Amino acid sequence: MAAIDLAGVKKTYPGNVTAIHPLDLNIADGELLVLVGPSGCGKSTLLRMIAGLETVTEGEVMIGGGPVNKREPAERDIAMVFQNYALYPHMSVRGNLEYGLKNRGTPRAEIDARVEEAARILEIGPFLERKPRQLSGGQRQRVAMGRAIVRHPKAFLFDEPLSNLDAKLRGQMRVEIKRLQRSLNTTSVYVTHDQLEAMTLADRVVVMNAGRIEQIGKPTEVYERPASLFVAGFVGSPPMNLFGTDELKTEAGGSLPESIGANTGTIGIRPDAVTLSANGNPAIAVTGTIELIEPVGGESHVYLRLPKTDRVMILVVRGHEGVSLAADLTVHLPVGALHQFDAGTGRRID
Amino acid sequence: MQTKRVVFSNRGLPYALLAPQLAITFVFFLWPAGQAIWQSFLREDAFGLKTSFVGVENYLRLLREPDYLNSLSVTGVFAVSTTVLSMGLALLLAAAADRMIRSRDAYTTLLVWPYAVAPAVAGVLWWFMFNPTIGIMSYLLEQLGYDWNHRLSGTDAMIMVVIVAAWKQISYNFLFFLAGLQSIPHSLSEAAAIDGAGPVKRFFTVVLPLLSPTTFFLMVVNIVYAMFDTFGIIHATTEGGPSQATNILVYKVFEDGFIGLNLGSSAAQSVILMVIVIGLTVIQFRFVERRVAY
Ligand SMILES: Nc1ncnc2c1ncn2[C@@H]1O[C@H](COP(=O)(O)OP(=O)(O)O)[C@@H](O)[C@H]1O
Ligand SMILES: [Mg+2]
Repeated sequence: MAAIDLAGVKKTYPGNVTAIHPLDLNIADGELLVLVGPSGCGKSTLLRMIAGLETVTEGEVMIGGGPVNKREPAERDIAMVFQNYALYPHMSVRGNLEYGLKNRGTPRAEIDARVEEAARILEIGPFLERKPRQLSGGQRQRVAMGRAIVRHPKAFLFDEPLSNLDAKLRGQMRVEIKRLQRSLNTTSVYVTHDQLEAMTLADRVVVMNAGRIEQIGKPTEVYERPASLFVAGFVGSPPMNLFGTDELKTEAGGSLPESIGANTGTIGIRPDAVTLSANGNPAIAVTGTIELIEPVGGESHVYLRLPKTDRVMILVVRGHEGVSLAADLTVHLPVGALHQFDAGTGRRID
Repeated sequence: MQTKRVVFSNRGLPYALLAPQLAITFVFFLWPAGQAIWQSFLREDAFGLKTSFVGVENYLRLLREPDYLNSLSVTGVFAVSTTVLSMGLALLLAAAADRMIRSRDAYTTLLVWPYAVAPAVAGVLWWFMFNPTIGIMSYLLEQLGYDWNHRLSGTDAMIMVVIVAAWKQISYNFLFFLAGLQSIPHSLSEAAAIDGAGPVKRFFTVVLPLLSPTTFFLMVVNIVYAMFDTFGIIHATTEGGPSQATNILVYKVFEDGFIGLNLGSSAAQSVILMVIVIGLTVIQFRFVERRVAY
């Protein structure tokens, strides 16, 4: 178990593609840190630099306090779970689990004990003698996890480990990974492009965009106080409603509350913060036509077409209370729930 | 896996479509093969006046003939050496090319060229290089203190034909090995690296086992090649000599039949070769069907 620290780490691929701009990141011992961001933002690159599968162009990677830039992946004492699982197809499940231990010269009795332990934790005991191709996707995923935990490594690195599973299984495995990480208390870095996965798993989330860190924080912080326009748009489903200050002014009838500063270029509001009545709180009222209603269980997502700017606002209502298709609807945006972003930098304004 | 079944409305059409292929197979394979089998049971007298049926006598004679037994073992040594040398070098080159990113295509193109060279031309090429009087290779070997002469030394001759035959087949093996290597997901090697295996260990415990289907396929192809496709090479270089040292089975069929004019024995030899080919093909198909190994 160990902390992982990145100091000024940068990655430039051949052909002058800068995948990671210099960044600092400190991952505490035992923490589950999730790197989240759209495809191509450099999550895998960052993870692979920690693993030692990619060289570091600039800066220093430290595991357990010591620099590891010059160490081979094998010498870093980390374990990685790949998106395609990367199980050795010609070895049995047992062979897959044992491989890393054998290479390190672990005594036979110790190997057997560790394999038994991993098999018990992950409930893969019945498949130990099978080949990976005789397993289902979910079982392969477990074996890949097993291969990581038998090693008792300093850290687990996960690169989109659930994206090859169907939605239901993904939900189950997510819970299981979290439970496993809690009980083993091993430092973990988890890469995903799925913001829901990030929010549910993470102790802390790192939102990345185009090779840079947009925000680091607890999932609730990132959701409630997105640090930038990018984070605001990326985190949350359905996504935050984002309007230009002028657009909202037009829809609101020509004026906005005083709390909206002069530098504010964009104003955002979460769909579940939009209310049907003002309840006496200061709010911006806008009126539009209901274009679409998506019932999702206990609540509905309502798509409201705003006539003056021709923009769509999404709001969440409980049940179907008082909404019907093609009807006009006036909604209230409580001033306290508004997020403001700088016109120039896109950073949050408080 | 589901195969798509095509239903023809006209029942004669499928046969018509198959007819050209069947005709070619019949004229160029089945008919001569049948003739060879028939001839292998006959013996002609020295003047070609009388032909008599002798049953399996030709086969029995072959098994007693020292030259034929010698040819069998020469063929074995030649085929195994050629296969091992050619596959070994090809695997080495493919592994090297697989590591390249930008220059891979250039190397691939260059390495494929020998395959386009006709066997006889390849033979002559190397024959010049190994020529004891004017060859560059024999000159270099002489500098190293080795007196190369494939006209006198059976071992030298065998080494030369093995080199020529292997050289020509490297391209083919290289292409298959490279394709095989590229179809192995990169993440497997990475997982093995994280699992503490160094490059050599990764190669032998992960890459090579995963290449085993390719390796087996190439082994059969190479043995067939060495046994049957190397006639041109032998003919252009050693002509089976010196003193039978490189007289492989196919060359002996030609020698006994067309030079020695012992048609019955030559036919019996080619029937034996045919049985060997059929055997190898069966092994190959069995294997391809099951796709075992891992
Ligand atoms: N081996 C490579 N060579 C060149 N560019 C690469 C390589 N790997 C990734 N990239 C580029 O680096 C950027 C980040 O890639 P990656 O880390 O895989 O993103 P993510 O995992 O977030 O989808 C992308 O623009 C990608 O095209
Ligand atoms: Mg990725």
